[in-house]
Amino acid sequence: MADCKQTIRELDAFLDDELTDEVRGHIHDHLDGCMDCLQAFDFQAELKLAIRRKCRNDEMPDGLLGRIEMCFNEDFDGDGIIGPPKT
Amino acid sequence: MADQNAFAEQAMQYAPQLYSAALRMTHNQADAEDLVQEAYLRGFRSYHTFAEGTNLRAWLFRILTNAYINKYRAKQRRPQEIELGDTEELYLYKRVGSFESAVASLSAEDQFLDMFTDDEVKQAVEDLPTNFRIPVLLADVEGFAYKEIAEMLDIPIGTVMSRLHRGRKAMQRALYGYAEARGLVSIPSDPPDSDSSEFDTD
Repeated sequence: MADCKQTIRELDAFLDDELTDEVRGHIHDHLDGCMDCLQAFDFQAELKLAIRRKCRNDEMPDGLLGRIEMCFNEDFDGDGIIGPPKT
Repeated sequence: MADQNAFAEQAMQYAPQLYSAALRMTHNQADAEDLVQEAYLRGFRSYHTFAEGTNLRAWLFRILTNAYINKYRAKQRRPQEIELGDTEELYLYKRVGSFESAVASLSAEDQFLDMFTDDEVKQAVEDLPTNFRIPVLLADVEGFAYKEIAEMLDIPIGTVMSRLHRGRKAMQRALYGYAEARGLVSIPSDPPDSDSSEFDTD
C-alpha cells in the first residue's frame, strides 16, 4: 500500500497510463481510502483533458490540404523528382 | 514496402492534428502551414522506409517534430536547453480553494477549468521553452506514450518524464497567472506553504 507521498509522486505516470499493473494497483488501493489524493488526482485528470480539448480545435487554413496534395503530384521543390529521390 | 498512393490516402486524415501541433510549435499560422507541408513532403518521399502495420500517426508526428527542431533551432545561435524554475507540486490544485471563494457557483473541476479560455491554455503551452513544450504537446495533447515520445525526440524515457513533469507545473503556474490577471482571484488570502510536503504521510 502506497502512502500519500508515493502516490502523488506517481500521479503523472498514473494519469498517463504508464504504470505497471502492480504499482497501479497500489495507487488504486491508496486512492480508495484517501480523499485528499483522490481529489488531487481528479483535478489533474480534468486539467489534462482540458488542455487536450482546448489545444486541438484550430481551424486549418483554407487551401492547406490542397497545397499538401500538390506535393504528391508535382515537382514541389524543383529538383526534377516527384516522390522519393531515385536510389 | 509501403506504397506512395497509400500514403496520400492514409496520411491526410492527420493533417488537422499536425497543423494544431505545428501552431503550438511555431506560434504563427504561416510557419505552421510551411511546417506541415514540409512534414508531408518528407513523409511522402520517405514513405518507402515506413514499416507497414506500425503507427502512421506517430511516424508523421516524429517527422513534424524533427522538421521543427531542425528548422527552428538552426535559427538560434545557442542550443535551446532552457531550464524552468522550480514549481511546487500540484501548484494549481492547491490554489483552487481561493478560486472557489471568488466564484460562488463553482463546484466541479471541469467547470473551474472551463473558466480558462482556449487562447489562455494555448498560450500557456506555447510559452513553455521548446524542450518542455514538445513533450507536453506530444503527451497531453496528442496522447503519445513516453516510449514513443522518447523515440521521436531521441532522448531517454526518464528525460521525457522529468520534462513533462516540470513543463506541466510551469503551465499550471502560467494558468494561475492568467486567472489572477483577469481578477478571478483576488489577493491570495492564504497562500499554501511552498515547502509543505504532499499531504501528510502519517
